Amino acid sequence: MPEPATSPRHVRVALIGNPNVGKTSLFNHLTGLRQKVANYPGVTVERREGRVAGLPGPEIGVLDLPGVNSLVARSPDEKVAADVLLGRQDGVERPDAVVVVVDAARPRRGLFLLGQVLETGLPALVCLNMVDEARREGVAPNAAALSDALGLPVVETVASRKAGVDTLREALADGRFSRPSAHALVELPGVQGLPEPSPERWGRLREVVASAGLADQEAAARHRQASVLLGDTADARRAAQRERSDRIDRVLLSPVLGPLVFILVMGTVFQAVFALADAPIEWIESGFDALGSSVSGALSGGFFEDFLVNGVLAGVGGVVVFLPQILILFLFIGLLEDSGYMTRAAFLVDRPLRAIGLSGRAFIPLLSSFACAIPGIMAARAIEDRRERLITLMVAPLMTCSARLPVYAILIGAFVPEQTVLGFLGVQGLVLLGLYLFGMVIAAFAALVMSRMLERSGVGPGILEMAPYRWPSLKSVGIRLWQRGSMFIRRAGTVILAMSIVVWVLMTFPQTDREPGMDDATYAAHQQANTFAGRLGHIIEPVIEPLGYDWKIGIGLVGSLAAREVFVSTMSVVYAVEQTDDATDEDARVADAMGRARWGSSDRPVYDLATVLSLLVFYAIALQCLSTVAVVYRETGSWLWTAGQFLALTALAWVAAFVTHLVAS
Amino acid sequence: MTKLHDNCNLSDLGNGSEADVVALDGDQDLRTRLAELGFCASARVRVVRRAPLGCPLEVDVDGTRFSVRAEVAQGVRVRRA
Repeated sequence: MPEPATSPRHVRVALIGNPNVGKTSLFNHLTGLRQKVANYPGVTVERREGRVAGLPGPEIGVLDLPGVNSLVARSPDEKVAADVLLGRQDGVERPDAVVVVVDAARPRRGLFLLGQVLETGLPALVCLNMVDEARREGVAPNAAALSDALGLPVVETVASRKAGVDTLREALADGRFSRPSAHALVELPGVQGLPEPSPERWGRLREVVASAGLADQEAAARHRQASVLLGDTADARRAAQRERSDRIDRVLLSPVLGPLVFILVMGTVFQAVFALADAPIEWIESGFDALGSSVSGALSGGFFEDFLVNGVLAGVGGVVVFLPQILILFLFIGLLEDSGYMTRAAFLVDRPLRAIGLSGRAFIPLLSSFACAIPGIMAARAIEDRRERLITLMVAPLMTCSARLPVYAILIGAFVPEQTVLGFLGVQGLVLLGLYLFGMVIAAFAALVMSRMLERSGVGPGILEMAPYRWPSLKSVGIRLWQRGSMFIRRAGTVILAMSIVVWVLMTFPQTDREPGMDDATYAAHQQANTFAGRLGHIIEPVIEPLGYDWKIGIGLVGSLAAREVFVSTMSVVYAVEQTDDATDEDARVADAMGRARWGSSDRPVYDLATVLSLLVFYAIALQCLSTVAVVYRETGSWLWTAGQFLALTALAWVAAFVTHLVAS
Repeated sequence: MTKLHDNCNLSDLGNGSEADVVALDGDQDLRTRLAELGFCASARVRVVRRAPLGCPLEVDVDGTRFSVRAEVAQGVRVRRA
């Protein structure tokens, strides 16, 4: 796909740097909101592009490349970064120049990457970021000396405080890029006759290194060069910084206290996602309810009103209602990432999660999925290893989320006896606990199977840098919060809204005439039975009968595709329960109506223990949540994985529910 | 020094002990990655600590710390310092 024609004065600059060097903050400051985010074709690597804001001169386009440690590509991120710089990335013109962002507090790895970038021949500019912190620690490299040694301009910035950004912008406007001096390139023993820095040189270098097995020597040469450039003046200070971090780690990573602190921190995060989100969720729900009532009041009834209230408004509300949990979770994740604790957490739980083919990085996504799979699945972005990330996405919905609780509550409350065993353990509570454990066991099993099946990509999750602790920057956490929230609304929200409307259509059409003598509740039930959803309930009855469900439960299953908790209100309509304003009261009536439900005209109750247990098991496994499906699609970018997950979990739920029903009967 | 001491790998080192990298084993990708991170021949490495269940290891290379799984550490041949 060719790029649109650009004016001759248009300049394109790429930003490259190691992960977490503040590159994206710089990009945000440079471009303001004049940016767009998309994916590179065929991979889920984010393509972030924008134009430099507030410049009088020629227009400057900026491309924020993914954070990478090396241009020797193994991961999709690295491949995209390398291909863009070499002009080999489909649909992306080779940039005219490159800004290499280096973390001033930890410059060694940035200089390593810089050395590789210079081989590709692009005019470059070095940006030493986070110089304030580096100066405070006394480890900041000498910018002037660095500039002399490399033959490149060096700009100092503090992206988190926007300092130096104007200087950088001016440097871009002036085109203050240059080609490195010859001795900035490393020399390898026995390698001669390479062309001048260019994509050809890089290609030749890779060939020679691969065929002669010189990877080790090349890396060593680049490290030596970085040491020479940095000098050893700051080494003592860097050790001091390390020392402070070590003192913290002696507690946080100690064999006994470490796990305790970990449990405390994670427990707090989980509680916060669960508890702090409760109030805002309630406000959002009652707000949308009030909005619905006033719309109903303003319109005179009919489909349009029903469409607006129960289709569109309910759908939009169903999107917005996820925001509190997403924002709270990402606030904590941002603080933990920025402070450096996240890698410690991954270090502590790596071994237990390895038992099921995952790594420590999968912990937070899985934990937050107990509140809601949507933020959990979005949090899985932090997992660098693609294979592991995919497995996490696939099993996250098996964690018992809060939307399952209303379904569990009504079924357990109504049909599981209120006894105690061993004097103090309530059977109802045990069944609930059992369902939580059941979801985790199935998830562990599924993860294990998938990790055996999927081929490992690259080196896997074997190595993780543990950077020194630092104070999190509230601003960068805030920017990321904003991006996560708006991305969810834009990318997943639209799909969730569309799906809510589809489910509304299924539950509403076709309409049936009211027969004489029907009261409201009976008519509603009669009408419901004739809708597409009602017919679907009949159609799938042969499939769900072996599980012990009749077609009315089938309607509940179809209805709760939008969201699991809809099961209760759907069953309320199906059983012609009279609507009241009091939700608890309605729950009790629904439970009562379920208890009275019979198979056809026989006197065999529908909800015997076998059916109830089978239904609980079905809800524990099945992916009865189209919002999750939408988010999984957005995160994987693949319909194959999205559909595969939905079908596999539904099939697994069916089998498990069938076995449960068989055993319990 | 006995031969035994000359020939061990990173995962054999006790917490707090230092060594010099001699060579890297394993597949090409892993060796390249390790070398890029600083685990190249003659680099000084130190096992700082192990996670509570014994794996992964926290390893110091030139002042940078990495969490390294035991089976990756087994691919780094070292000579005790």
